[in-house]
Amino acid sequence: MIGSVPLSDVLVASAALFLVGLAGALLRRSAISIFLSIEVMMNAANLALIGYGGALGTREGQLLVFFVIAIAAAEASVGLAIFVALFRHKETIDVNKINLLKW
Amino acid sequence: MSTLFSLWWIPALPLAGFLLCILFGKKLGKSFVSAVGAGSVGLATVVAYSRLIPFFSGDLAPAVERLSSWITAGSFSADLALRLDPLSAVMTSFVTFVGFLIHVYSIGYMRHDETEAGYARYFSYLNLFMFSMLILILGQNFLVMFVGWEGVGLCSYLLIGYYYDREYAAAAGKKAFVVNRIGDFGFLLGMFGIFTLFGSLDFDRVFPAAAADPGRYAPALTVVCLCLFVGAVGKSAQVPLYVWLPDAMAGPTPVSALIHAATMVTAGVYMVTRCNVLFRLAPEAMAVVAVIGGVTAIFAAVIAVAQNDIKKVLAYSTVSQLGYMFLACGVGAYAAGMFHVFTHAFFKACLFLGSGAVIHAMGGEQDMRKMGGLASKLPITFWTFLAATLALAGVPPLAGFFSKDAILASVFEGGSYILFAIGLLTAGLTAFYMMRLVSLTFAGRFRGTHEQEHHLHEAPASMTLPLVILAALSVVAGFLGLPKVLAENGSRFAAMLEPVLPKLATAEGAAHELSHSVEWLLIGASVLVAVAGLLVGWSWYGRGQGAVPGRIAAAWPGLYALVAEKFRIDELYDVLFVRPFDALCRGLWKVVDVLIIDGVLNASAFFVELAGDLLRFLQTGNVRNYALSLFLGLVGLLLLVIGFGY
Repeated sequence: MIGSVPLSDVLVASAALFLVGLAGALLRRSAISIFLSIEVMMNAANLALIGYGGALGTREGQLLVFFVIAIAAAEASVGLAIFVALFRHKETIDVNKINLLKW
Repeated sequence: MSTLFSLWWIPALPLAGFLLCILFGKKLGKSFVSAVGAGSVGLATVVAYSRLIPFFSGDLAPAVERLSSWITAGSFSADLALRLDPLSAVMTSFVTFVGFLIHVYSIGYMRHDETEAGYARYFSYLNLFMFSMLILILGQNFLVMFVGWEGVGLCSYLLIGYYYDREYAAAAGKKAFVVNRIGDFGFLLGMFGIFTLFGSLDFDRVFPAAAADPGRYAPALTVVCLCLFVGAVGKSAQVPLYVWLPDAMAGPTPVSALIHAATMVTAGVYMVTRCNVLFRLAPEAMAVVAVIGGVTAIFAAVIAVAQNDIKKVLAYSTVSQLGYMFLACGVGAYAAGMFHVFTHAFFKACLFLGSGAVIHAMGGEQDMRKMGGLASKLPITFWTFLAATLALAGVPPLAGFFSKDAILASVFEGGSYILFAIGLLTAGLTAFYMMRLVSLTFAGRFRGTHEQEHHLHEAPASMTLPLVILAALSVVAGFLGLPKVLAENGSRFAAMLEPVLPKLATAEGAAHELSHSVEWLLIGASVLVAVAGLLVGWSWYGRGQGAVPGRIAAAWPGLYALVAEKFRIDELYDVLFVRPFDALCRGLWKVVDVLIIDGVLNASAFFVELAGDLLRFLQTGNVRNYALSLFLGLVGLLLLVIGFGY
């Protein structure tokens, strides 16, 4: 199925998705939004992997995506736990207000 | 040669005493320290005499006892070895015996004033000194000798600064140490020179090699001998390095008697005599020795005339007498010089111990102007002191007369008439200032406070007994060295020392024998001068109550002040050496250390800190800034890869 889409289109879509994620990560203030944006960027990478895998006719691309998904799941649990802990402590998850660790 | 005791027992016993006193002395108390401190030296004396008596009645062949090799490096090797020959035997005989007497005296002198710890410290240092001195005397090579040489310097420093809580004592100790180091530096250089020339430091190799081939080493030997003599000048307090000895009187009086009168300060004379073969091959060096000795003798005697501190007079007297000994060495009369070392040890130790008894009775007062009339209160001290004074002044037939006369005769024989005149004048001055001392201290009426007068008392037996023994020896010791006119075979002392004064092949100023009439004339002259000095001293200070000297001082106040202030040599050295050195050190400290070294370090630290101060503002603590810089970094990397094709 993926093979019917030209690789360049897949890569453009992947790059667009990545930029969306990046913009979100840089511009949003809510920790959860930033976290979601990072997930978006990771999925952009996944898309590129699948695109290359299809174009080259190998399975390694798809294989790697499973690893990324697994790691993302683990990361999500740790990240969310951190946010819960943060919220209990500061009653906010606005990253602009979490800046104790500075000069 | 089978003997009961090895030579090593002699220094080992005081060393053991030192260790016991310093490790356990404080805990085990004063009786233990007295027993160990004096006992170890007493035993060492017994052991020493068990070797000396057979030695002197035997054939005088040197006995060398090697313990082990010590340093071996390339062609250099030095053994731990001791040597008993006539010279070291003579030194050992009085060092152990006088040392023992002074240890006994110290028990009485120090016992009541000191804490347990101080008492133990005192005796441990004294024992360590005995060990070092015996190593110095008995060493078989220059290196072993040097160990003793440094050891006695250390002990001298420790004991001068014994009352370390008094600033002048601590300063005096430091001064003695620093001045001695200057001399030691010369000694070291001399040792290097000897090793370069002879490839060995062993007495049995150096001296025969030099004697066998006199011409070969001659020019270099002058330098070597002068270096060695610098060492002797430092240790034996000669001009220009004598300044430490008068200050050394800050130590306890028995220490002054043992170290700064009888034994340590004669180490320089001993060393020069030990190296007589080298010195005799270097006539220029000999001349320097003679002139320095003569100058020191008269210079110190003049200073002694105007001192008011009883110990200072004796200190300058010691410097002056040491000058005499070097004068003898300088004209080649080593036996006469050593004889004066020998007799001087007895009467000068007696004088110092006597002054200690006086100071003890006066409750610490050392100013003779506040004494007077002590003869009736301290009869034993007075009579022993008087005997030693007459011996020092050179009144026949006491010890000092024979040794001093032997020196003067040798100087005359050597043809140095100026030095002879200086020596004769010094003899007169010596008699004068000693009589002045005795008159001010023991004659007239008491000039101290009533309280002091009330407390005047004769010293305990542990103090008076050494005085009596030393005074007796001051009277009789001279008979070992009778002059030729009185004894068939001349001086027995000189005959004993002959093995260490070998004949050399070079034509040494062939000593023309003095005729008997000339010798009688010399004896007459020295006796006349001594008696004149004594009489003037008595009539000016004893009977005249100081009226004549008072008028002299009033007539030439500048001259009197100059002499009383010791020719302001200390002040001169202060201006010439101490202050420039101080300024140099301050300069190095302020400029090189503080400004340059510290500056470089502080500057680099400052820049690191500055960079940190500026860069830390990058750490905003805001996670989005970090994310942005991550992204910018990524863009930068991409640009690098894509744009520039890396």
